[in-house]
Amino acid sequence: MSRYRKPLSELGGFTFRIRGAIIFMLILCVFLLGRLFFLQIINSEYYQLRAENNRINVSPILPNRGLIYDRNGRVLAKNYSSYALELQDNSIDDLDQVLDELGDIVEVSAEERARIEKAMKKAGRFANIIIRDDLSQDEIARFTANGFRFPRIKLRAQLYREYLYGELTSHLLGYVRRVSEVDLDRLEKRGLRASYINSDWIGKRGVEAFYESKLRGRLGLNHVEVDSSGTELRVLDRQHPVGGEDVFLTIDLALQKAAFDALGNESGALVALDANDGSVLAFVSKPGYDPSLFVRGFDQSTWRQIRDAEDRPLVNRVSDGVYPPGSTLKPFIAIAGLEEKVRTPEWSMWDPGFFSLPGSQYKFRDWKKGGHGEVNLHKAIVESVDTYFYKLAHDLEIETIHRYLTRFGFGSKTGIDLPREASGIAPSKAWKKRRFEQPWYPGDTISVGIGQGYNLVTPLQLAVATAALANGQTLVRPVLSRFGARPFSDRASASPQPNPGQPLMLSSKHIHVLQKAMEDVMRSGGTAAGAARGADYSMAGKTGTAQVFSLKGAEYDEDSLEKRLQDHALFVGYAPANQPTIALAVVVENGGGGGSVAAPIARKVFDAYFDARP
Amino acid sequence: MNKVIAQGKNFIFALILMWIVAKIPLDYLSRFALPLYIFTMVLLVLTALIGDQAKGAQRWLDLQVVRIQPSELMKIALPLMLAWYFDRYERVIGAKYYVVAALLLLAPVILILKQPDLGTSILVFTSGFFVLFFAGMSLRVLAFIVTLSVLVMPFAWGVLEPYQQTRILTLLNPASDPLGAGYHTIQSTIAIGSGGFWGKGWMEGTQSQLNFLPEGATDFVFAVLGEEFGFIGVLFIFLAYLALIWRGLQIAQRAPNLFSRLAATSITLTFFIYAFVNVGMVIGLLPIVGVPLPLISFGGSSAVTVLIGIGILMNFRANRRLVQT
Repeated sequence: MSRYRKPLSELGGFTFRIRGAIIFMLILCVFLLGRLFFLQIINSEYYQLRAENNRINVSPILPNRGLIYDRNGRVLAKNYSSYALELQDNSIDDLDQVLDELGDIVEVSAEERARIEKAMKKAGRFANIIIRDDLSQDEIARFTANGFRFPRIKLRAQLYREYLYGELTSHLLGYVRRVSEVDLDRLEKRGLRASYINSDWIGKRGVEAFYESKLRGRLGLNHVEVDSSGTELRVLDRQHPVGGEDVFLTIDLALQKAAFDALGNESGALVALDANDGSVLAFVSKPGYDPSLFVRGFDQSTWRQIRDAEDRPLVNRVSDGVYPPGSTLKPFIAIAGLEEKVRTPEWSMWDPGFFSLPGSQYKFRDWKKGGHGEVNLHKAIVESVDTYFYKLAHDLEIETIHRYLTRFGFGSKTGIDLPREASGIAPSKAWKKRRFEQPWYPGDTISVGIGQGYNLVTPLQLAVATAALANGQTLVRPVLSRFGARPFSDRASASPQPNPGQPLMLSSKHIHVLQKAMEDVMRSGGTAAGAARGADYSMAGKTGTAQVFSLKGAEYDEDSLEKRLQDHALFVGYAPANQPTIALAVVVENGGGGGSVAAPIARKVFDAYFDARP
Repeated sequence: MNKVIAQGKNFIFALILMWIVAKIPLDYLSRFALPLYIFTMVLLVLTALIGDQAKGAQRWLDLQVVRIQPSELMKIALPLMLAWYFDRYERVIGAKYYVVAALLLLAPVILILKQPDLGTSILVFTSGFFVLFFAGMSLRVLAFIVTLSVLVMPFAWGVLEPYQQTRILTLLNPASDPLGAGYHTIQSTIAIGSGGFWGKGWMEGTQSQLNFLPEGATDFVFAVLGEEFGFIGVLFIFLAYLALIWRGLQIAQRAPNLFSRLAATSITLTFFIYAFVNVGMVIGLLPIVGVPLPLISFGGSSAVTVLIGIGILMNFRANRRLVQT
């Protein structure tokens, strides 16, 4: 205490320390300025981008989807306006509670909940997530009254797809539904991801899928300035959406309806074409489904029920279903015989009711016990003589048959304007080697001759091949839409785009022999005589009864056999016989006989066709 | 606009206080030091006992007439107290005086830290520390204390409140919780970075005008300046502060006695620390501790404290000749 010290006010030490402090401060300033330099000069662009991303919310505007018309201007698919509930802020953290409360007003199923939760994890900031689609009037009213309780859930007017004829056009048109994760991944791969939003519609199956790019139109974009709470302040820029184009089908709704009714409750398919240009007039696969289910969305159990139903309503039997053609294949085998000069129209043989390969005891039996007696080509078609075609197939050999079947379009896609179709099978040695790694046996050829064996065709292929026989010149490419503008208005642009098929290059003389025989199929003594009785127009056709189940020599007894093991009934035909305009193919699954079941269905369709155009 | 008027009123009030402080005789200032310190300590204790809770902290004391934040007052009271103390015992100073000074310093700092208010306690601590340092505190002792604090730092971690720990962790990695604790830092760096060299222009900052930047008027006002006036504007602010500090140190250098020199130095350097901590936290170099930007941030207490500090400097400057004779 008593120790004397130099006064602290002596400036030397103080100045020294002040200098130290100044240096220290300058170093700290360099730190700050260095960081500022980094932020504002080196990385400025990066932060400008982030500031813009903060500020600008790009919200898409969905375009109106194009309508789908039939050839007479009847609307098959249109849009209607309804309301969806949308979650507008995915940073919501009390989702469960909000959905619980919402559940009192609008039903939200457990599955929808799971979907919403999943979507929330995936979606970006401010992305809208659909909670419920297409609310009922009651639900809209209830939500409107209680909406204030859910500030982040909005009612939003949306366009929904409506299929005016439901099941009648289900396989033809397909449907639209909300894009799934899988869809988005697929779009990503095709570079189209940017044209779809998360809650977008996409065409699935049928015309909706094939003409998706045309029907869809282009997204519009709203660039909106938002504040930190996501509130939209003003529109900075707007690109208007471009509505989708309408699609005009060649389908005739009345004929479609007639075909649908004619098939009744059977499972099967009927497709009718313009015999000369391949325009599809009717396209029915049964059973169908209600496409609006897909638009409105359904729960897993409904979906499973549809998907796993025994009669498989989701399979488009016209172009995806493959069937043994049975005797409907015979005219095409016959043409091969004539063209290859293996047969003449006059050549005949004795039919004992069976055919055996040389040196073999095995009997390939005719459908008629005891046989048809003396048979030439005409009779072989009219009475559908199996024995004749067993021998013809044997004489032609499989490679030649394969060549002719291929010429009629079997074994390859028809090229119809649908997202997918089956190729069927036109068997050959190479095909069998590839498929089963087995050599071709002579016995294999025999059953091919009557359309059994390895043959598989789609009803569409049958119709196309039949149209080729009818017009005698061209293997047409079937089309569902070939009009750039309304075909039913009388503007010049309504003329159809040409639809060149493949020239058939067969002798018209030979074709004519077959045409005559197929006409007589529909006359007294023919296998479909009953179906044609009383018609005021002429028609031609060929029946087929395709075995589904090998009976191994046992007698076929329709009554004792389970329905699903019964034969498929088939019929191919065209009309009028002398100047064909319509060609069709009918398959009735497990229907029984082609002449008794399938041909009468075709007759009803022909009648409807000719009633409409006298 | 309401904020402009409110801040205008704050400034008028603070400027009047500054003028009064600048005008009172120098003697009074040093004579006031001890009572002011005791008075502020009492208020701090009262705050700890009966203060208002707000945002999880107990910082305000409601005295019926005015609501005050005693910790703000301590920023002035403590350096004056310590400067007065060293001035009084200038001739006999020894090690134990430094110990007493350290206790006078730590008592309020701990009370403020407990509120909890990390930002203010740091500023109060530095304001007191500067007095000790410039009063000739042994550099060896200082080095020893610094080394010791570095060594105990891992243990001190546990003493911090969880939210303080979060802030420090968030500073190290703001992206770890972009919508939570890291949000302030991320948005302020975006604001400043997007300003670029020239800035977006007055009132054109999207980050601040659209509310992406929280606390844009108060603690994070520097981010708004950085966004709207760019690097060039920021440089200007730096130069302005440095000029102010330069002037403060000049006044200290020429101060009439030890009391005024120590007080002036401490007030000036605390002023720097104020700005440094604020800018550092806004640009993501320091944890978010809630220190306003002196003379710019919106808020009455900060304006009053800073302007009283400047008033004291003005007083010293005005009185420098009176004692020299």
